[in-house]
Amino acid sequence: MGSLLANNWHSFLTGFGWTILSSIVALVFSLIIGSLFAIMEVMPNKVLRIIGNVYVEVFRNIPLLVITMFFYLVIPLYFVKINGFTAGTIGLTIYTSAFIAETVRSGINSVDIGQMEAARAMGMTYGQAMRYIVLPQAFKLVIPPLGNQFINLVKNSSVLAFVAGFDLMYQGNAIASQTFDTVNTYIIVGLFYLVITLPISYYMRHLEKTLA
Amino acid sequence: MQNWIDAYSVVNLKFLLQGLWVTVEISILSVIFSMIFGSILGIIRYSKIPYVSKIVGFIIDIIRNLPLLLIIFFVYFGLPSIGFKPDTIPAAILAMSVFESMMVAEIIRSGIQAVDIGQMEAARAMGMRYTQAMVHIVLPQAYKKMIPALVSQLISLIKDTSLTTIIVVPELMQHAQVIYGQNANYIVPMYLALAVLYFIVCYALSLASKVIDRRLA
Repeated sequence: MGSLLANNWHSFLTGFGWTILSSIVALVFSLIIGSLFAIMEVMPNKVLRIIGNVYVEVFRNIPLLVITMFFYLVIPLYFVKINGFTAGTIGLTIYTSAFIAETVRSGINSVDIGQMEAARAMGMTYGQAMRYIVLPQAFKLVIPPLGNQFINLVKNSSVLAFVAGFDLMYQGNAIASQTFDTVNTYIIVGLFYLVITLPISYYMRHLEKTLA
Repeated sequence: MQNWIDAYSVVNLKFLLQGLWVTVEISILSVIFSMIFGSILGIIRYSKIPYVSKIVGFIIDIIRNLPLLLIIFFVYFGLPSIGFKPDTIPAAILAMSVFESMMVAEIIRSGIQAVDIGQMEAARAMGMRYTQAMVHIVLPQAYKKMIPALVSQLISLIKDTSLTTIIVVPELMQHAQVIYGQNANYIVPMYLALAVLYFIVCYALSLASKVIDRRLA
């Protein structure tokens, strides 16, 4: 296993880098998009609420692979040429944002309704009350579930292998098919994933315990 | 327009539904296996048996934090080199069951933890053995609490079966790829069909879970 790693460390590290890059880009965008849809879902306006709800339900119930492959195949067909990495990251962002919206929405809902009422009674507008009073409390509650979403995101980024996204899984497959040493290659790939996911997982469990 | 009509020909729709049936079969078998193994592993982890619980817990944490795709590759391409060569569908079921067992084990463990410790103590005080108290008193209450989490795990299992298309399991996603492989004009209609079919199955389950949850609460 050592020689396998020594001979291919460049490919493994490249893949690791693309996996991290894709995960972080998708995390940032899906946090923004997810929070926006979560806020829409708790708005007094009925139309916005329905739009938010439809977005979340639709993208939560369709496989990530279907979303990703759709972007990979359809956008080049009718619009611009995009590479696998971009298509994969767009797919990851859309899929994850639906889950983040659901997490943030339940966070907002678990903030006591009296907080919003009190803020409104103090003369704040709905937007102000949301931004300064409700959301800061909601985000504190949703940090552990958001951490778990990030772990899922890192694991899900392996679908980039389907669209030639140069990620860890893709590089692993390339190395496995060159060296025929499938077992050891996949074990090394697994260790690389664990380097990211395991510490976050343990830290989130620790947070859950201390926050509870 | 003609493309759409051709794409949704009777033959193609039948082929898609055949794929959906394989998806459902794989999902059902994986759910059965993962509920059984997941429950056993979850209880072992909860029970704090010296060494055993720690080791089981560590294995659960490792596998839970790996991508399912990696496990599918490992089972289908890795295991043959150490002398075990499963066919595509059994390989898919094996990979899904291993991965989902670990997910279920975590759900079961936290479900048991959520049952008030007094229930176990009272059952033990009534003269029940640990296993009796677990099976008759604690687990029934725990399962009730776990239904939403288990159903959402089931939904993600169904969605994840699409990943097995990479080892050419003849499930829904793979059948759609076969159809649009013949004609690139079918790509958009096929992805729409995939989205609708997966959505119907998964959304129906999540609605059912909400209804059950309301009944039990």
